[in-house]
Amino acid sequence: MNPTPLALVVTAIVAWLAIGTLGLLQPRNLRFISRALFPAGAAVALALAVVAGSTVSSLPQSMVLPLGLPDLPFHLRLDSLSAFFLLLLGATSVAISLFSAGYFRSSEGTAPGVICFQYHAYVAAMALVLLADDAYVFMVAWETMALTSFFLVTTEHRIPEIRRAGFLYLLIAHVGAIAILLCFGVLQGGSGDYTFGSMRSMILPGAWSTVAFLLALVGFGAKAGLLPLHIWLPEAHPAAPSPVSAMMSGVMLKTAIYGILRVVFDLLNGQLWWWGVVALALGLVTALFGVIFAAVQTDMKRLLAYSSIENIGIIVAGIGLAILFKAYGKTLLAAITLTAVLYHALNHALYKSLLFLATGSVLHATKERSLGKLGGLIHRMPWVAWLALVGTLAIAGIPPLNGFVSEWLLLQAFLFTPSLPQSFVNMLVPLAAAALVLTAALTAYVMVKFYGVIFLGRPRESNLAYAKDAGPFERAALAYLAAGCIGLGVIPVNVIQFIDPINVMLIGSTASRQISDNWLLLAPINADRSSYSPLIVLVVIVGVVLLTMAIVHRVYHGRVRRSAPWDCGFPLQTPRMQDTAEGFGQPIRQVFEAFFRIERELPSPFDLAPRYSVKIDDHLWHWLYLPIARSAEFLARIAGLIQQGRISVYLTYSFCTLLALLFFVR
Amino acid sequence: MSAAGFASQFLQFAIALALAPLLVGWVNQCRAWLQNKSAPSLMLPYWTIRKLFAKDAVVAEGASPIFRITPYIVFGAMCCAAAIVPSLATDLPFARAADAIALVGLFALARVFIALAAMDIGTAFGSLGARREMFVGFLAEPALLMVLFTASLISGSTSLPTIVDTLAHREFGIYPSLAFAGVAFTMVSLAENARIPVDNPATHLELTMIHEAMILEYSARHLALIEWAAALKLFNYSCIGLALFFPFGIAAGGDWSAVLGAVPVLIGKLAIGGFLLALIETLSAKMRIFRAPEFLGTAFLLAVLAMLVNQLLGS
Repeated sequence: MNPTPLALVVTAIVAWLAIGTLGLLQPRNLRFISRALFPAGAAVALALAVVAGSTVSSLPQSMVLPLGLPDLPFHLRLDSLSAFFLLLLGATSVAISLFSAGYFRSSEGTAPGVICFQYHAYVAAMALVLLADDAYVFMVAWETMALTSFFLVTTEHRIPEIRRAGFLYLLIAHVGAIAILLCFGVLQGGSGDYTFGSMRSMILPGAWSTVAFLLALVGFGAKAGLLPLHIWLPEAHPAAPSPVSAMMSGVMLKTAIYGILRVVFDLLNGQLWWWGVVALALGLVTALFGVIFAAVQTDMKRLLAYSSIENIGIIVAGIGLAILFKAYGKTLLAAITLTAVLYHALNHALYKSLLFLATGSVLHATKERSLGKLGGLIHRMPWVAWLALVGTLAIAGIPPLNGFVSEWLLLQAFLFTPSLPQSFVNMLVPLAAAALVLTAALTAYVMVKFYGVIFLGRPRESNLAYAKDAGPFERAALAYLAAGCIGLGVIPVNVIQFIDPINVMLIGSTASRQISDNWLLLAPINADRSSYSPLIVLVVIVGVVLLTMAIVHRVYHGRVRRSAPWDCGFPLQTPRMQDTAEGFGQPIRQVFEAFFRIERELPSPFDLAPRYSVKIDDHLWHWLYLPIARSAEFLARIAGLIQQGRISVYLTYSFCTLLALLFFVR
Repeated sequence: MSAAGFASQFLQFAIALALAPLLVGWVNQCRAWLQNKSAPSLMLPYWTIRKLFAKDAVVAEGASPIFRITPYIVFGAMCCAAAIVPSLATDLPFARAADAIALVGLFALARVFIALAAMDIGTAFGSLGARREMFVGFLAEPALLMVLFTASLISGSTSLPTIVDTLAHREFGIYPSLAFAGVAFTMVSLAENARIPVDNPATHLELTMIHEAMILEYSARHLALIEWAAALKLFNYSCIGLALFFPFGIAAGGDWSAVLGAVPVLIGKLAIGGFLLALIETLSAKMRIFRAPEFLGTAFLLAVLAMLVNQLLGS
C-alpha cells in the first residue's frame, strides 16, 4: 500500500522532530550536529518539497490524529494551498539547513545541539501550521513556532540588546496570537466546533465576518510585519543568527500570508469589496514605509528586515486587489492577482533567504554587520558576491529574474482594474499603482546600496583583507537559491500553471488558460494585450553581449592595461573617501524627512574633536508604542496605590469584598 | 508574425544602431548653433567611437569583473530596448517578448549595472555618481511607467505595438491625459538622458556631474560601448515619445513600401525632436542636485494626474 502524501508530510514532521531530539543527546558535539543532523534535515526538507510539489494539483486529503486533549484530536488536511506553502517551506529550508550545516559554530550562546533542536522544532511547527485543520492544532503549532523562533532569536542571549529584541518579538507575537484566537472564536459562529470544516460551512452575519477579517488582518499582520505591528522585524532579524533570519523572513512571514489567505478566501464565505481597499491601502503604506526605511539603514541585516516589510506590503496589497476583484465577481482577474501574490511569496522566500544567508557568510568572514565597515568583498569572497548579485538583481525587480515576473503580473492586474463598476475604486487604483511602482523603483536604490557598499569598492577596514570565502555547504546553499531565482524568472508559464489549482480552490476560476498559449510566452488574457517572455529576453541580451564581445575583440583587440584610478590630482586617496552607507541613503533621508524622527549631532566649525552622529528612528515608536508603555506603567502605579503592606488594610479590603458579594447574591 | 515582420524588425534595429550617434551629433550641432558657437561635425560621435575602439583599455587596479562586463550589458539592454520600441513598424516579432513594463525593466537593468560598476572602483566620484544616478532613477522610472500606463489604459494593452496602433488609428480628439503625460514624459527624458536641467552632458565639473561621474574610470572600448549605449538610450527615448504622442507615419502591417516610407518620416521627426531638445537645453539652466527631486516629483505627479484624468473622463 502506498502511503498518502499527507502521511508522508506527517512523517517528515516527525523526522524533523527526531533529528532535533538527536541534537539534544550530544549538545556540544559540533561535528555530529553540523555534518550529520543539519544535512539530514536538509534531506527531509527536500523530500517534503517533492511530496508537496506533487500534491498541489491533487484533491484535499484529511486525517485525524488521536493526539492532544481527550475530546480534541488533531485534524490535519492537505489541500492545494497548504501544499504550495509546504513546497515553499521545504524548498527554502533545503538551502537554509544546508547553510546551517556550515554556519553554526560553538559560541558563547546556546549550545549547537540545543540550536539544532530548536531549529528543527521550528521548521516542524511551521509545517504543522500549514497542515492544521482545526483552530486548536493551528494555535498549538502557531505558538510552538513563535516560542522556538524566540529561542532561536535569542541564541546570543548573553547580550542585553538581543534579549530585548527577543522580548519585543515575543510580545508582538502574542498580541497577534490573541487576535488570531479571537478570530477563530468569531469564525466558529457559536457552534462550538473549532474544526475548519465547520467554519467553512458557517455563514456569518455581515458584521461578524468583517470582525473576523479585521482580526485576521491584525493577528497575521503582526506576524507578517504589517504597519503598525512591524517594529519587531528590524530588531529581531539582526539579533538572530543569519540562517534563522533567513528562515523567519523567507518562510515564517509566509505562514502569516498563508493564514490571511486561508481565513479570507477559504474559511469566510464571501468577501466585501472594502476589505480589499483596506488591505490594499495597508499593504501599500507598509511597502512604501519599509523601503524608505531600508534606504537609510546602516546595518545590513536591518536593511534586509525593512526590505522584508516592504515585500510583505506588496503581497498584502496584492491580496487586497484580489479581494476587490473577487467581491465584484471578476474571478478571472482575481485569479491572475492571486497568482501574482503567490508567485511573489515564493520569489521572496528564495531571494530574501539568499541575501540573508549571504550576510551570514559576510558576518562570519568579517565579524561585521555595519555597512560602514565593509566593502570590496567581491575580491575576497567571489562565490558569495556573485551569488548575492543574483539575489540583489532579483529583489530589485530586474528582468529576466524572478522578482520582475511577479511585479509584472501584479502591475498587469492593476491595469485591468478599470473594468470595476465602482468609480471610487477606479480612482483609487492609479494612486495604488503609483505607490507600487515608486516602491519598486526605490527597491533598486536600496539594493544597489546594499550590494555596492558590501561587495564593491575598496575595503573600508584593514581586517577585511583576511576575509575568507564561504565553505562548501554554504556555497551549495547559496548556489541552489540563486538557481531558483533564475529558474523562476525564466519559466514563469510553468510556474503559473503549477500554482493554478490554488486559484481554482480559492477563487473558483483558473488563470492558467488565459495566462499562456504557449510555454514560452506569458500572456494574461491575450497576447495583444500584454505579453512577456523572459527566456527570449535573456537569450537576446546574452546573445548581444557575447556577439559584441566577440566582434569588438576580433575587429579591434582585447588589450587591457591596469593602472591606478584617477585621483583628480589629489594623490591622497583612502578607502574612507568612498560613499558610506549613510551617505548613500542621505538623499532619501532628505526627500522623505517627514517619515523619520532624526536626532542629529553636528560638530561646530571650532570643535577640536569633531563628532558627527545621526540616529534615525521610527515615529511610530513615539506616537504609538511609548504612549502605550507609559499608560501601562501609569495604570500599574495606580493599582500599586491600593497595596499598602499593612494587614489591617488588606482585612478591610476582604471585608468590603464580602459585603459587595453579599449584596449581589442576596 | 511574418517574414516581413522579421525584416522590419531587423531594419528597425539596424537603423537604431546606426543612427543613434547621428542623433547625438545633431543635437550637439543644434545646440552649438543656438548658443552662437561654431558647431562640431555631425559625424563627430562616430569618429569618437571609432577612435575609442582602437585604443588600449585602461582598467583601474582593484576593478572587479563587474566593471568590465557592465559596458556590454548596458549596450545589450539598450539594443534590446531598441528592438521593442516601434519606430518604423508595429509588426515587431520581438516586441511580444517584452512589453512596456519590461522596457522599463530593461532600462532599470542598465541603470543598476552602471551604478554598480561606478561603485566598483571605490573612488569618491564613482560612488557619488552612482548615488545620484539611482536618486534620479527612483523618481524618473515610476514617472516613465505611469506615462506608459496612461497610454496602455487608453489602448487597453501594455504591448507597445498595440499601443501605437491604437493611438495612431483612433479618431482625432484631444486627450487631456495624453497632454499631461506628454509633459511628464519630456521631463523624464531630460533627466534620464543626463540632459540639462538635471545633468549636463558637456560638463566634467566634479560637483555637478551625474552620468559623467559614473563613467569617469572607463576608457577605450568600454567607454565606446557606454557612449554608444547612451546614444541608443537617447534614440530610444525619442522614439518612445514619437510613438506615443506623434504616432503617424509608423507602418502598421507587414507592408514593405510602408516600412521603407516610414524611414524618412522617422528621420524628419527625430530631427525636429533633436532640435527641440537642444532648444530646451539652451533655454534652461542646470539646477542643484537637490532641486532634481522637485523637478522629477512634478513629472511623477503629472503622470499620476494623467492616469487619474484618464480614469475620470474615460478614454
